[in-house]
Amino acid sequence: MNLEEIKSILIQKFGESVIVGEETTGLQPALMIDPDRIADVCLELRDNPKTYFDFLSCLSGVDYGVETNRFGVVYHLASIPYQTQLTLKVSKENNRNLDNLPSFPSISSVYHSADWHEREAFDMEGIFFEGHPDLRRILMPDDWEGYPLRKDYKNAEYYKGIKID
Amino acid sequence: MNITNSKYEEALERYNKKILDASAQEMVLNMGPQHPSTHGVLRLELITDGEIVKEVIPHMGYLHRCFEKHAESLTYQQTIPFTDRMDYLASMNNSHIWTMGVERMMGIDKDIPKRIEYIRVLVCELNRIASHLIAIGTYGIDIGAFTPFLWCFRDREHIMGMLEWASGSRMLYNYIWVGGLFYDLPVGFEERCREFVDYFKPKLIELNELLTNNQIFISRTANVGVLPMDVAINYGCSGPMLRGSGLKWDLRRIDGYSVYPELEFDVPIGNGEMGTIGDCWDRYKVRVDEIAQSLRIVEQCLDRLQKELKRTPDFDPRAKMPRKITPKVQDFYIRGEGAKGELGFYFIHNDARSEIPFRVKSRGPSFCNLSVLPAIAKGVMIADLIAIIGSIDFVLGEVDR
Repeated sequence: MNLEEIKSILIQKFGESVIVGEETTGLQPALMIDPDRIADVCLELRDNPKTYFDFLSCLSGVDYGVETNRFGVVYHLASIPYQTQLTLKVSKENNRNLDNLPSFPSISSVYHSADWHEREAFDMEGIFFEGHPDLRRILMPDDWEGYPLRKDYKNAEYYKGIKID
Repeated sequence: MNITNSKYEEALERYNKKILDASAQEMVLNMGPQHPSTHGVLRLELITDGEIVKEVIPHMGYLHRCFEKHAESLTYQQTIPFTDRMDYLASMNNSHIWTMGVERMMGIDKDIPKRIEYIRVLVCELNRIASHLIAIGTYGIDIGAFTPFLWCFRDREHIMGMLEWASGSRMLYNYIWVGGLFYDLPVGFEERCREFVDYFKPKLIELNELLTNNQIFISRTANVGVLPMDVAINYGCSGPMLRGSGLKWDLRRIDGYSVYPELEFDVPIGNGEMGTIGDCWDRYKVRVDEIAQSLRIVEQCLDRLQKELKRTPDFDPRAKMPRKITPKVQDFYIRGEGAKGELGFYFIHNDARSEIPFRVKSRGPSFCNLSVLPAIAKGVMIADLIAIIGSIDFVLGEVDR
């Protein structure tokens, strides 16, 4: 199953607008998906007998830099029956206001492994996942301020009144 | 900085309320962060009804050392010691997969001399044996058997000694570098390693007699913590967890990276010999069988390293090392079979002149394997929970990174 066939399956099911672009230059081609449809796309790719991407290898939240103000999530899917891999990407612009985090649909109902990965992306990049059952911080303490892996993150000077050296 | 959007605090409030609302019959019990059976600094919050665990809420992050943040400010070569500190029981595997990813991004993975690849596989498999020995030994202790722990650590000590001889360090080696190795194997390493294999094979049989077929051990682990295959896949479990559930899925075979396609080994899977497929005993047995297979790989590596890939005086393991590690602009996800399962690194490199990645995400197998715990530990006894935790075999250094 190559990228063209996967694309045609998705276009047939969801229409042209679901794929907003693709990257074919690197070693691993990637499909850019419409952010609002990512959960449906994952469900279709998981359950379609032609693709069976049943294993979510990795989910990474990405801050694409201060100049672009773009946030994204990268999904690495793997198919155990077909032994294939696929990369999906979604991204959105955001003004870095901490009251208005970039928000994507959660895929934790499709892959349970996304549950903790999405919590990590929320914790580290401040990406909100709509419909996540338990979106708390996972690695940092619950009362930590800011999102450490954002490119504009300033190191905290104090934590609970204790100076951090 | 005050956040006014209550949407982002909602989950935390829900969790706090759940703990507060635990009824009079229930008890909230903290297991850890310092508990012998959590194998590190993991805190499990149990909501219990008598002896029955109604819910497990894991809290991680006590060992968070900002691996991904560090990797964004260090070059690819400088990050290798940090990868060692992720799964510190199998450091070689981590740095092997990291360097493999960087080499593929640079397109030099085909130029690495065979001798270097075989040395890499040799030390990785030795390290895998050491990691599985710890898993088995500490699992015995969790269940109440003290002797296997001492036996496993005695045998692991030989491996630690050999790897220290090769790299200069007992646990955190920094031995595998991008494009080569820190040094060639020391003179006499192959012979010493073969001695170890001959010594260790009968010890493995002894270990099997002591623990694998021990009736008390079987009663504690068989039919406990059953993880069905579909649940394991959906939760992203990999490595011995997934193979224990009966799926033949080993990235050394699937992806066939490094020189694994040239080596002969089997992929052991759980078959429900003592109870149900995917129970704690199956996961334990998969690890024992994997040690035997790793020994086979070690022997084959030694054969080649002593014959056709013999050391020569002019062999330089750093000859192929690039002066500057500057890959092309690209995204790359590399995965490989660590000791605990699928270890992955996702690199984003966006500046062709830079030696520093823009973003690195590490996918620790222990992280995903641990995430299945709340699902399989619902409604078990507290004592069985200990057995389940031990059979997952996570390393907190990799969960928290």
